[in-house]
Amino acid sequence: MKSMKRIVIAAAGVLALSGAALSGAALAAGGKKIEPQNPVPLPAFTFNGTFGHFDEASLQRGFQVYKEVCASCHGMNLLAYRHLGQEGGPFYNPDFPSPTDNPVVKAIAADYEVPAGPDEFGNIFSDDGLGFRMRPGLPTDQFKNPYQNDVEASVANNGALPPDLSVITKARKGGPEYIYQLLLGYEEPPEGTELKDALYYNPYFAGGWIAMPQFIYDDSVEYADGTVATAQQITYDVTNFLHWAAEPHLEQRKRRGVITMAYLLIFSGLLYLTYKKVWADVDH
Amino acid sequence: MHESTYKPASGFTKWLDQRMPILRLAHDSFVDFPTPKNLNYWYTFGGILSLCLVIQIVTGIILAMHYVPHADYAFRSVEHIMRDVNHGWLIRYVHANGASMFFLAVYLHMFRGLYYGSYKAPREVLWMLGVVIYLLMMAAAFLGYVLPWGQMSYWGAMVITNLFAAIPFVGEPIQALLWGSFTVDNPTLNRFFSLHYLVPFMIAGVVILHIWALHVPGNNNPLGIDVKSKADTVPFHPYYTVKDGFAIIVFVILFAYFVFFNPNILGHSDNYIPANPLATPAHIVPEWYLLPFYAILRAVPDKLMGVVLMFASILILFVLPWLDTSKVRSLKFRPIAKQFFFLFVIACLVLGWAGGQEAEGLPLILARLGTVYYFAYFLVILPLLGIIETPKPVPDSIHKAVLKRTAEAAIGGSGVAVPAGAAAQKPERQI
Repeated sequence: MKSMKRIVIAAAGVLALSGAALSGAALAAGGKKIEPQNPVPLPAFTFNGTFGHFDEASLQRGFQVYKEVCASCHGMNLLAYRHLGQEGGPFYNPDFPSPTDNPVVKAIAADYEVPAGPDEFGNIFSDDGLGFRMRPGLPTDQFKNPYQNDVEASVANNGALPPDLSVITKARKGGPEYIYQLLLGYEEPPEGTELKDALYYNPYFAGGWIAMPQFIYDDSVEYADGTVATAQQITYDVTNFLHWAAEPHLEQRKRRGVITMAYLLIFSGLLYLTYKKVWADVDH
Repeated sequence: MHESTYKPASGFTKWLDQRMPILRLAHDSFVDFPTPKNLNYWYTFGGILSLCLVIQIVTGIILAMHYVPHADYAFRSVEHIMRDVNHGWLIRYVHANGASMFFLAVYLHMFRGLYYGSYKAPREVLWMLGVVIYLLMMAAAFLGYVLPWGQMSYWGAMVITNLFAAIPFVGEPIQALLWGSFTVDNPTLNRFFSLHYLVPFMIAGVVILHIWALHVPGNNNPLGIDVKSKADTVPFHPYYTVKDGFAIIVFVILFAYFVFFNPNILGHSDNYIPANPLATPAHIVPEWYLLPFYAILRAVPDKLMGVVLMFASILILFVLPWLDTSKVRSLKFRPIAKQFFFLFVIACLVLGWAGGQEAEGLPLILARLGTVYYFAYFLVILPLLGIIETPKPVPDSIHKAVLKRTAEAAIGGSGVAVPAGAAAQKPERQI
């Protein structure tokens, strides 16, 4: 029992140190927070928790929201269309183990026009000479950016560069919950606050003024699957999609984690018993 | 060193033993090595740290197969690992969290050494080699943190390389050498990648020296007294292989929790934003394990003095064996020193907290107090206490102390008085 006690003390020490480290890390990024007048209640995300997983129907709707709303300003250039059809993705179909064969993914990619590169004579421009030779997108193409480059993106948005959304839920403190509240958190600025040109008041955004206007309202999209498109539903879906995009192997990771933990717990129990047996006849 | 008990069993091992007695070395170092029998769980971190080093090297080599050390592709290649490499997410999260786990273990290992006086004669060289490993670990961790080329990578590299510029005369040439350019840029990333690959193998080399220096005087132990006879020790195998093994698996459970269920909690979200030389993050902070030193750096208003103090806070560990004047190793027998030690642990945690805050107001005051105490502990408290403190009586031998403790436990546990001799009569395996 004494060694048990010592293990407990050791574990407590480890936890205390890591706890201190955690709070240090968490506080490290802390800024001054503005209290919202109408706090946005958080939904229960299915990806949280030990057995977290993505809601596939929500991912599909979320992709629709991204495509019809977000993608007019925000790129996701770390993703390729084929990712949409991989295991755990919005359009995964077990009949097509290779997502590049998935007809839904092929159709999504084909909706976009991408530069085709040189023809057999090395010519990269279209016959009319007004631009590049183009071809329909393939599943292996990366998500098409709405702008040709950051300069064009900034100029089109009053000097504010819309961030790429590929890993946005990991690139912001507060993660997907922050993204959800930010998208729904727009409100009238407090009495007496001076309005700012081309900036919108959102208490969830650092400093309170964000260059992105509110885009998500009830019925901002019409869902293909007939789901009622409340602002909360749209935001929930697009947050799910963005978190999948940032962490596409989350389901696999958590599944592996549960198995690994079970294995380690049994292994440590057996090792502990072995330890007790080996040391049984030694005073220590 | 103890006498070798290795007996080659087969014709081949006899043949090898006469030419290169590597199996004899392994046997004498890790099988029959006499180890004090009273080592507690704080003594398992050596084994845990060896595992950490192996994990970092193995995952690191695999990551390097997919990573592209170029300012334009580094961030994307890391995301390629996360998305498209088979189990790349696992390898990268193990490597990234592995750094944190490595430092968690090394800090517990060092505090254990401080508490039980493991740095005192005849283990000064062992301790100093440990400090060398720790310095190399910090270099490896910093270099590695730059490689994903996120915002914190870039700006962390900017802050640290700028520190060198504060050194008079040689500072700016050193900085130019680190940069390989006029600022932190692609040449910096290239050389940092090269060095990040080099340093772990330097660590592995010093670890071998560290174990060698351990095996000459043998392990210290919680009582801090020398091994007197065979009754004080058990062979390393199976006694400590199984105990270390158990502790390692418990540690791996904590490790696995972070990797599988909270892989980004120890990192900074800004490092998922690609490096942008034109946008400085609101707060530039290092990883948690370097925060205490960051606090010391910023506790001083003068840049050069801050840099000097920060380096001094680590270099002072090299002379610790000669700063502590007490002849008693273990703080178990030093009631006053023990209290100052726990204050020292608190000071380190406070420095860590303050290092993550903006350097103003309460965090700055605490960082200054913590810095003063950090140095006072080594420069004033330990030298003086050795002279003025009266230590409690130290037991004659590990064996006797263990028997006494077992007997006391029997009394306390059953409520029935058991003569000390009764416990001593308990059959003991002949060793």
